[in-house]
Amino acid sequence: MQYALLIYERPGAYDAVPAEELEAITGEYYAIARDERVTAGAQLQPVSTATTVRFGDGGSVMTDGPFAETKEVFGGYYIVQADDLDAALAIAERVPAIRLGGSVEVRPLVEPRA
Amino acid sequence: MIEQAFRDHWGRVLASLVGFLGDFDLAEEACQDAFVIAAERWPRDGAPANPVGWLVATARNRAIDRLRRQRTLADKTRLLREPIAAEAEEDLIDDQVIADERLELIFCCCHPALAIEAQVALTLRALGGLSTEEIASAFLVTPETMKRRLSRAKAKIVATGIPFAVPDGHRLPDRLAAVLAVVYLIFNEGYGGRVDLAAQAIRLGRELAQLMPDESEVLGLLAMMVLADARREARLSGDQLVLLADQDRSLWDFERIDEGRSILDRALALRRRGSYVLQAAIASLHCSDPVDWPQIAALYGELIAATGSPVVALNRGVALAQAGFPEAAIELVDGLELDGYRYLHSTRGELLVRLDRPEEARAAYQRALELTTSERERQFLSRRVAEL
Repeated sequence: MQYALLIYERPGAYDAVPAEELEAITGEYYAIARDERVTAGAQLQPVSTATTVRFGDGGSVMTDGPFAETKEVFGGYYIVQADDLDAALAIAERVPAIRLGGSVEVRPLVEPRA
Repeated sequence: MIEQAFRDHWGRVLASLVGFLGDFDLAEEACQDAFVIAAERWPRDGAPANPVGWLVATARNRAIDRLRRQRTLADKTRLLREPIAAEAEEDLIDDQVIADERLELIFCCCHPALAIEAQVALTLRALGGLSTEEIASAFLVTPETMKRRLSRAKAKIVATGIPFAVPDGHRLPDRLAAVLAVVYLIFNEGYGGRVDLAAQAIRLGRELAQLMPDESEVLGLLAMMVLADARREARLSGDQLVLLADQDRSLWDFERIDEGRSILDRALALRRRGSYVLQAAIASLHCSDPVDWPQIAALYGELIAATGSPVVALNRGVALAQAGFPEAAIELVDGLELDGYRYLHSTRGELLVRLDRPEEARAAYQRALELTTSERERQFLSRRVAEL
């Protein structure tokens, strides 16, 4: 089955992290990306770069910033091919964000139509 | 005959079908079909020599029939682990040949990706064979609510690929703890209502102990439940709770106490003392005369180290007071951060009475009275205040 690992981070989680530790964390993210079961993934630019599009009076409306103020912000994702949920969860547990006050949401993908 | 067969074999037959089909709903329907057919045939023809084999073969055949009728066999065969060579002959399958997959089933039902209420309901349905209505009445929700809860959980198992498997070694301790927590929760729901949940929990505990005979915590939980259950007749008088010291010992089931203790001995022989083993050891000491309170206090000390629970610490306080150390008890209890917990205040009240500090005792009982939601406890506490 295919799963999306949606990575949420606490804003400012990295502010106090020293440079060499930041380097090590980045290395962990790359190591997960190199796992043969990980088929895709991306890191997003900070939430300050977000623009939200919505339908409002008379057409679409753009606003600066994310859709909702939340305690955690979406920071990136992996797509993994795993035998079952436990295997996907085992990869999710390795994501550094969970040690830094963030979380990883694991969701199966809708199988494409044959 | 068929009721007994249902109780004895439902879990095992369903486990086998879920393993075969990978689909909970289809497996349940097929098992129900098989038991309906058995109810027709067994009284007439006699029960088969291998009832599990018969039921599994019949249920598989019914499932295959259903799939064919739906003309979706081609789509669904990917669900089947093994190709269907031919329909099985009901009478030729030896019970020993049918793999016992109840553990796979219970680990699937108690997967932490499911809400705890769903884990409990699913376990009672799948392993206990309870109907949706019975589970609903046990948890005081409507059958519709319970039906939704069960179908949402089953849908999540399929949609998210929750495995039908016993977890690997390094994951097993955590996942087994989750399974035991579900059984314990069922036990604690207790004796009220139309369904005897305590008996269900003990039955699940027995099955687990049979399937995992070397897991000390599995044996510990079973021993604790059996020992607590041995005193059930003495624990209530009418609808009033009876304290241990006032219980009529002639109402205790000493055969069950012996059984519980021998299960505890097996757990202790494995030389690991987890929280359930410790609780069983405490329950065993509660059944002795006179009660060895210093030993109970020591075991609660170990249990605090294992669980870090302030409620356990409160229990240690009670044991210390019973052992003749009320000053040590009040010191321990006063250090606990449990202000919102009514039993902290009622326990403090009891301890302060013993220490001859009536004004403080009154204040403690008053606080407990503010917090209680039970009429029975309100009466008890008011009586205590009046006696001061």
